[in-house]
Amino acid sequence: MTTVTLAGSPVEVDPEGFLLDANQWNEQIAQEIAHANGIAQLSDRHWQVINFMRNTYLESGSAPSIRSLGKASGVPIKELYELFPKGPAKLAAKIGGIPKPRGCI
Amino acid sequence: MSDTIEKVSIIISKGSLEGIYPGLIMANGARMEGIEANVFFTFFGLDAINKAKHEHVKVATVGNPGLHLATWAGGVPGVSSLVTHQLAAEMEKLDIPPIPEFVEMIADSGGGLYACKASVDLFKLTREDFIPQVEDIITVGEFYGLAGGGQIIFT
Repeated sequence: MTTVTLAGSPVEVDPEGFLLDANQWNEQIAQEIAHANGIAQLSDRHWQVINFMRNTYLESGSAPSIRSLGKASGVPIKELYELFPKGPAKLAAKIGGIPKPRGCI
Repeated sequence: MSDTIEKVSIIISKGSLEGIYPGLIMANGARMEGIEANVFFTFFGLDAINKAKHEHVKVATVGNPGLHLATWAGGVPGVSSLVTHQLAAEMEKLDIPPIPEFVEMIADSGGGLYACKASVDLFKLTREDFIPQVEDIITVGEFYGLAGGGQIIFT
């Protein structure tokens, strides 16, 4: 466990930079993580995916699969990969301040 | 050599359900990690992208010791369909898509789908037999060209 400073506040992260406590997250932190991961500016479409990931995790305790992300987030798979070229589920979880998804699908 | 994988080319050579899924899961998993992925379908693996066949791929219930089923029982008519149906239901619970949806998902995620020319010729197939997401029918040499700079995984 490491403590880093994001958007001016100390947050606990795992070795890959995923937040360990979803409650320490805020939108400025999200922008900062996005920037560090190659997304200069988060668009409304990015936010739609990030909020869906985060809300699903907070409601169910686990992050959605890429399949349900494509079906239920309102953003189809093709666009998900355009928005998050380095892996939509992984990156949206990181930016959304939830633990790294551990599913294989 | 870098210690991270940036690109994979996966060969799917078998036409049973258990022969096709591992390669699809690895290809989709690669894209999920932002790894470039190509899938090369050869021999009976072509069934995964064959419009007329990809909904009807079954578990091999004969000659499959992993099922722990007597060979004679595996050969009883309907057993292969039954086992396939049960497995498909279990996979749905884990959010693993059926093969037609899965290959489309891999294509949508930017994974390249290719059919092996030698097998296409052998089975007297044409471009029209395949789903539209298939990028091309290519030779082994062209496959090696595509696979350049990455890892090759044979399944």
